Amino acid sequence: MSDKIIQITEMNKWFGDFQVLKNINLEVEKNKKIVVCGPSGSGKSTLIRCINRLEEHQKGSIIVDGNELTEDTKDIEKIRAEVGMVFQQFNLFPHLSILDNCTLAPIWVKKMPKKEAEDLALQHLEKVQIADQANKYPGQLSGGQQQRCAIARALCMEPKIMLFDEPTSALDPEMIKEVLDAMVNLAKAGMTMIVVTHEMGFAKEVADEVIFMDEGMIVERAETKEFFANPKSDRTKLFLSQIL
Amino acid sequence: MNKLNFLQPNKNNFYTYLYTGVILVALSIFIVFLNSFFNKDIVSFLPGPISFFLPLILGFTGLHLIRIDYSGLRFLDSINKNINTNNFNAFLSLLIVFVVIKSLPPLLSWFIIDANIAGDSKDVCTGSGACWTYIKIWFNRFMYGMYPNPEQWRINLSFIALAFLGCVGFFATEKFKKYLTLYYVVVYPIIAFFFIFFFISGGPIFFDFSYGIIAAVISIILGFFIPSKFKMYYFIIVPITLYILLKYVFFYEELIELGKLEALEWVETGAWGGLSLTFIVSFFCLIFCFPIGLFLSLGRRSDFPIIKYISIGMIEFWRGVPLITVLFMSSVMFPMFLPEDMFIDKLVRVIIAISLFEAAYVAEVIRGGLQALPRGQYDAAKSLGMGYWKMHILVILPQALKLVIPGIANTFLALVKDTPLIFVVGLLEIVGMLNLAKTNPEWLGFAMEGYVFASVLFFIICYAMSKYSYNLEQKYKTER
Repeated sequence: MSDKIIQITEMNKWFGDFQVLKNINLEVEKNKKIVVCGPSGSGKSTLIRCINRLEEHQKGSIIVDGNELTEDTKDIEKIRAEVGMVFQQFNLFPHLSILDNCTLAPIWVKKMPKKEAEDLALQHLEKVQIADQANKYPGQLSGGQQQRCAIARALCMEPKIMLFDEPTSALDPEMIKEVLDAMVNLAKAGMTMIVVTHEMGFAKEVADEVIFMDEGMIVERAETKEFFANPKSDRTKLFLSQIL
Repeated sequence: MNKLNFLQPNKNNFYTYLYTGVILVALSIFIVFLNSFFNKDIVSFLPGPISFFLPLILGFTGLHLIRIDYSGLRFLDSINKNINTNNFNAFLSLLIVFVVIKSLPPLLSWFIIDANIAGDSKDVCTGSGACWTYIKIWFNRFMYGMYPNPEQWRINLSFIALAFLGCVGFFATEKFKKYLTLYYVVVYPIIAFFFIFFFISGGPIFFDFSYGIIAAVISIILGFFIPSKFKMYYFIIVPITLYILLKYVFFYEELIELGKLEALEWVETGAWGGLSLTFIVSFFCLIFCFPIGLFLSLGRRSDFPIIKYISIGMIEFWRGVPLITVLFMSSVMFPMFLPEDMFIDKLVRVIIAISLFEAAYVAEVIRGGLQALPRGQYDAAKSLGMGYWKMHILVILPQALKLVIPGIANTFLALVKDTPLIFVVGLLEIVGMLNLAKTNPEWLGFAMEGYVFASVLFFIICYAMSKYSYNLEQKYKTER
């Protein structure tokens, strides 16, 4: 029980009349890497946005690290601080330098002393290999560098879980690799990760399990090897035949 | 030797074209110049219409001749590129040059040559030009309104003090840098307000002000010895207690009556005026309307219906009524709602009214900036664990405000230029003083000079503000 860091049971979500997520059940154990794939509009992004409550679910329950996410969760900020998120569009703060982007939340949310926060940020920037760009502004960096900075920014909060919402979809093919490398390193360091991606190579390399979603439902969930070797449902087979 | 083709000047025979063209243009400008400055028409031997259009025709031909691409002369090339690209532009350029030359002599003569500045009465103004004597004599009134002359040092001193306090930011050391925003947003306006209001008003109220300062200073000094745990309570309770003690127990009116302390002379706000009042009103309205507008704009986007609809109501109400009625209400209607013995100064009421009025505009401008930010910025800030206020102060507002600097500058300039409207409640800032002075029986007929003077002053103020806003824009530019 204790190593189940995310528990989603019978979760449903609607946008107006449209049901985006239908009866989602998902348990994620600590240090597991999970890749979520599926066609566009299948609710993958919405699912992981629900995990740190950027979207609210209407039915069912989500328990993150022992805290249930409900409407009257007072310290939603505390939960969010423990769940790092990386977005498709990077969403760096353009008015702050790369270093300030990384130190902003540790200083103001975790009340870390400035010096300490900067050391930590440089350490993480070093890991994603952009420490030399620390004093530039996001607008001066390439897409791949921005995305790696976004990863470093999320890591600076020392989260227990990292969520990746299609981190490579807005990038040039050449830059995808540098971002994936950073993610692979992170995975090897033992982070709990949920990654929405179409990069099947990445899934094969690091994922413990793969989840296939379609039309707001989890169609198939399997061990990585199993998932690619003999998918059970026809929908998954079709998807895999098109994407591989 | 190539054939000269005057219809299509080219690089062959370059200097022939150039010299002919330059001579023609120079000649045309010379004709207009003589005509306008010395009233001599050297081409009057020609028939009327031709002599009228001759400069234009000459200049046009000249510009046509010197229109040679890639001539190699840098000056000529830049002229051709900027004002002489084609026949139509050449025509417009010439016309503008002629209009400027034509309009210079009357302007010069009105402003300088035929103007009078010596003497100190209306009689010296005999010329056809401006009577700057009028401005000179009334200058003091235009600056300070009806404020008594011997007391005007108080206005000067408080402006200097405020300017000095405003410059504190430039001298702040690294350690205090992070408190600067707090200082400028909260502390400075309060100090400024008390300084202006109590110091310039003077009278017994000035003592209240000095008690306040004494209480503040004593409590700050004592504050160093108080453990930080209690500081919050300490700074709320002690200054107020000290103030009350000073005011009612130690020395109040007894001292003044005994003549041991002489208060500053009381000058009611109705006597304030002129440019200094323009500054006071615009300054306070600026620093008050901005935070109010900020909160209204955030309120309008709030999730709480009560806050949201109150904000919408405020914004729409203040945007929907003319400023002049707001001012009128503030002076006539508002006091009726107050209890009998309560009195709020006219100037304060006006400042509140204008601040609320402009705050509505500022709010909508800022809302525009907030809406321009992509949703991802909110998501990113939230995902890092920031709450509403942290998210807005650290991430959203810095970006939104940067976007709306031009819009806010626009609103602020409009505000400064709206201040003359306070004449409806009997406060006479510079334009009000002008209107008063021009109806003075001894100085009838000099409205023009007054308005020109006011326009120049307003232009200087507004241009400085607009330059400053442009500098801010450049300073906070972080895009590539």
